[in-house]
Amino acid sequence: MADVITRDTAAAAMTAGRMEGPRGAKPKRSISPRNVFIYGTLLLVSIYYLLPLYVMIVTSLKGMPEIRLGNIFAPPVEITFEPWVKAWATACTGLNCDGLSRGFWNSVQITVPSVILSIAIASVNGYALANWRFKGADVFFTILIFGAFIPYQVMLYPIVILLRELGIYGTLWGLILVHTIFGMPILTLLFRNYFTTVPEELFKAARVDGAGFWGIYFKIMLPMSLPIFVVAMIIQITGIWNDFLFGVVYTKPDVYPMTVQLNNIVNSVQGVKEYNVNMAATIITGLVPLFIYFVSGKLFVRGIAAGAVKG
Amino acid sequence: MTTIPAPAATQRPIRLFRNKAAKIAAIPMILTALVVFMGGTIWTVVFSFTKSRLLPKAQFIGLDQYERLWSSSKWGIAIENMVIYGLCSLVFSLIIGFVLAALLDQKIRFENTFRTIMLYPFALSFIVTGLVWQWILNPDFGIQKVVRATGWESFSFDPLNNQEIVIYGILIAGLWQGTGLIMCLMLAGLRGIDEDIWKASRVDGIPAWKTYLFIVIPMMRPVFVTTLVIIASGIVRLYDLVVAQTSGGPGIASEVPAKYVYDAMFLSQNLGQGFAGSTMMLLAVLIVLIPWAYMEFGGRKRG
Repeated sequence: MADVITRDTAAAAMTAGRMEGPRGAKPKRSISPRNVFIYGTLLLVSIYYLLPLYVMIVTSLKGMPEIRLGNIFAPPVEITFEPWVKAWATACTGLNCDGLSRGFWNSVQITVPSVILSIAIASVNGYALANWRFKGADVFFTILIFGAFIPYQVMLYPIVILLRELGIYGTLWGLILVHTIFGMPILTLLFRNYFTTVPEELFKAARVDGAGFWGIYFKIMLPMSLPIFVVAMIIQITGIWNDFLFGVVYTKPDVYPMTVQLNNIVNSVQGVKEYNVNMAATIITGLVPLFIYFVSGKLFVRGIAAGAVKG
Repeated sequence: MTTIPAPAATQRPIRLFRNKAAKIAAIPMILTALVVFMGGTIWTVVFSFTKSRLLPKAQFIGLDQYERLWSSSKWGIAIENMVIYGLCSLVFSLIIGFVLAALLDQKIRFENTFRTIMLYPFALSFIVTGLVWQWILNPDFGIQKVVRATGWESFSFDPLNNQEIVIYGILIAGLWQGTGLIMCLMLAGLRGIDEDIWKASRVDGIPAWKTYLFIVIPMMRPVFVTTLVIIASGIVRLYDLVVAQTSGGPGIASEVPAKYVYDAMFLSQNLGQGFAGSTMMLLAVLIVLIPWAYMEFGGRKRG
């Protein structure tokens, strides 16, 4: 099965290259019924996709009186940044009233080590699988890939026990370990597929020159495969930043990641609902992945072609 | 990883230690595969037959947990919701994704802009998605109010507070988040179709929709299969979106299996129910996964 996936993602990676744009002659400028239909549909669809982002931004810039009286689609009459300040610094979850900033820094503390650790481990795994095959390696790899499809709920509790035995249940390091484990299937696949495309001659020449396992990894493979490392980083940063389930299961309120804290702020039943603060908090949480998305462009597409399995 | 002692005369190193660095490097992978993925799965399945409540207890009681699970109305609703959400999201994702991809594939201008717009929701988390749509669908401030303000006083669109249609409210948000990805995969598939096919069908005077339906789509079978597996595994995992958008409400009308399992394990101290529920989820995934793996394996052997 591993090879099947290899083929699929290799094809996907190739076709991502084809996404450069349409081929063939430039379209003629014409207002034909066909073009009106195509562009009209695409425009309508684009409005549907953009609407929530627009509503989020507009709502977060209004005061509460304006929200009560007005229309959610109307632009703000009086722009105020107060909801943003409040969402960041003073919004309450339970007893803590230091806003989303706490969750933000928790998420940073979770994401950075998780991304580094998971990519380091998975790239070495992929390298070993691609270039230093040993007996039985494919069996473990197949189990690993199957693991990517098993619903997380099946493994939730055994991991609680595991983390408790290791003494890191409820801490940031516990969650980092969990992210490393669940990032492993897709990243290992990604790196393995990439490293198999590196010409064998290069590898053989390095061995003749006396380079060993680590020598070849650091001196040849690593410098050659920076793009794939960037793709892996995109997958991991967005994936880990957006995670909710692992955060809520494996951490305690003090170290909750941003998504969990956001949900607690917005869906809390106490107090008056401040929709503008809620929307400001929501958009602040979405800023990091959105930033990565708009900056990375085509590499993001390549990442999801490979990472889609992770869901 | 069996150790076969090498003949002493040849002085070769023992098998286990050959390629040592690679094996050491693969230890994290081996541990994850064996201990977490296999060990964890087996552990959960085994303990789903026990009486565990607050703590796992190895006191076996046969299929009792499953009987209780299937007689619980919450689980029944959860399964029903998963089926409705699953079927709708499968059909709509595939249709919308394919149609959008086909539209983008017409050598249009601004293709990159349109693609960027359609894909950006996929970068956002389900929590953010759920909260935004909760706000847009809010009956007192959202779409319902805006339409009523135009003079259509009797207009009613309040899916999140209506037990009958709450799952479709979640579906709207889910489709908004996920169709961009499907569109991208389909577009990659369409770009993989040889241009000559199109030329040939144009020469033969076959209309475009017929070419799509009878030539292009059958050729894209692998893409559809991959997409199907992706959508299916997403359906079983549906959890964050529900938590953010409705918290399972109104009442228990929008419960899903993943949420049932979480609640049983971590909120109501009913581990056995959680294990039984997650085992059923595993079963659901295997029902999709095994035929797929079999099909792909079979295909490879033939080829």
